[in-house]
Amino acid sequence: MSEVASRISVAVNGTAHHAEVEPRLLLVHFLREVLSLTGTHIGCDTTNCGACTVLMDGRPVKSCTIFAVQADGREVMTVEGLARDGQLHPIQEGFHEQHGLQCGFCTPGMMMTGYALLQRTPNPSEAEIRWAISGNLCRCTGYVNIVEAIKHAAEKMRSAPAPAGGRS
Amino acid sequence: MIPAPFTYHRPKTLGAALRLLQTLGSVARVLAGGQSLLPMMKLRLAAPAHLIDIGRIAALRRIRAGGGRLRIGALATHSMIESVPAVRRWVPVLAETASTIGDLQVRNLGTMGGAAVHADPAADYPATLLALDAEFVLQGPDGARIVPASEFFQGLMATALRPDELLIEISLPTAQRVGAAYMKMPNPASGFALAGVAASVALDGDGRCRHVRVGITGVASAAYRARHVEQALLGQEPTDEVLAAASAAAADGVDASADLHASAEYRRHLARVLTRRALAAARDRRRSGKQGLPSS
Repeated sequence: MSEVASRISVAVNGTAHHAEVEPRLLLVHFLREVLSLTGTHIGCDTTNCGACTVLMDGRPVKSCTIFAVQADGREVMTVEGLARDGQLHPIQEGFHEQHGLQCGFCTPGMMMTGYALLQRTPNPSEAEIRWAISGNLCRCTGYVNIVEAIKHAAEKMRSAPAPAGGRS
Repeated sequence: MIPAPFTYHRPKTLGAALRLLQTLGSVARVLAGGQSLLPMMKLRLAAPAHLIDIGRIAALRRIRAGGGRLRIGALATHSMIESVPAVRRWVPVLAETASTIGDLQVRNLGTMGGAAVHADPAADYPATLLALDAEFVLQGPDGARIVPASEFFQGLMATALRPDELLIEISLPTAQRVGAAYMKMPNPASGFALAGVAASVALDGDGRCRHVRVGITGVASAAYRARHVEQALLGQEPTDEVLAAASAAAADGVDASADLHASAEYRRHLARVLTRRALAAARDRRRSGKQGLPSS
C-alpha cells in the first residue's frame, strides 16, 4: 500500500501548525497526539456522542469524523482556546458556576457547541440551547445544569460585550 | 478506530476529479462531507485504496435559482440546505428535511450529494427528492447526463451513478405551486428514519388534486414512490377520509425491511400512517400558503 504523507497547515486556537501526517490520521488524533492538546476528548468514536466537538472555521464538527488533511488551511478552535491569560471564558465560568458537569467527559464538546451557539445567537431560548446541544451526549444526564451553564454564559457575555478569551 | 491506509487526492477542479475517477474509479471512493464514509472506514466496512477528496471544489457548493429550477451543488451541506434563503423560499420541505438529519455537527459537514450517492435505505433526503421530482446531474468522462429521482435510487446503497461519474448537482422544479411536507418516525438513538414520508400536492381551481407525489424512505431497501397512492388521489378532493383511504396503499407491493429496530409489518404500518399525515400537512400547506419552515 502506497501511502504518501501529506503536508498540512492548520491554525489551531490562533497558532499556525505545520505537520506531515498520514492521510488516515483523524483530526482528533492530530490535536491530541501531534499537538498534545488533550482537552478534546474521544468519546464514542462512532460519530454519535459529540465529546470530540471542535470548531472548524467557527462551526462545530466532530473531530473523530474528519481527517486532519481535511482541516488543511482551516481554522480550528478547541477547548484550550477558550480561556485567555488564565481567565476563564464565560462559557467555562458558566459550567463552573452552574455545576454544568458531573464526570466532565462531555464538557469540552458541550462548551465548544455552546460557545458556537452564543456566537450566532447571543440570547438563545432554552429550546434553542437544547436543539443546539442535541448532538452532544451527557451520560451523567446532567442536561438541566448544562442548559443553565450556557444561559449563564449568555447573560455574562451580553453584559460584557468583549469577554476575555475566545477566538473565532 | 483507525481506518485502513489509503492514498489521498485532493483535486482542485471538477476536471481533475473526473480524471482521477477514470483511472482509479474501481479502487477509489469519493470523499465529500465524510459523515457516512468516515464511520464506514473506521469500522473497515470500507477500505478504499484511494480517497478522492472533492471538498475543495468550490463550484460544487453553489446554490442557484433560475429558469424555473433550483440547482443545488452536490457539496451543499445539510446546514446550508436548512438555512439558505433560496432553498427555504423555493423548496421549504427540503430545508425541513435537512433539519431532521443527524445532529448539528453532522449537518455542518455532511452534504446532500454525498447522502444521495450513499443511498442509505434510512436516509431522509431520498423521500423528499422523490416527492419533488428532483433531477440528478451526473458528470462523466463523456459529458453530463440527467437522471430523475425515480430512476436514481435503485437498491440498497445502490444508485444510477457509474464508477467513473460524479454527482455534481441536484436540481428541483420551482414553477409548480405545491404544498409539501416530510414526516418521519426517527430511530430514537440514531435519528435515522424507521420510516419517512415526503408528500407534495398541487390543487386545481376546484380544490382537487392536480399533482401528487409520495416518496417513502426507511421502509424498503431503497426509497420509492408510492404510485398507487398518487394515482388514487388524482382528481380527488383531498379530504381526510380520501387521504386515509389512499394512504392504505403506501406499502403495497413493497418488500419491507425487518431488523432489530422494527419488523416489516411495523414499517408498513408506519408507511401508511406517515403517508396520511404527510399528505394532510401538504394539503393544508397548499391551502394556507404557509410552509411550516423550521426555525433557522
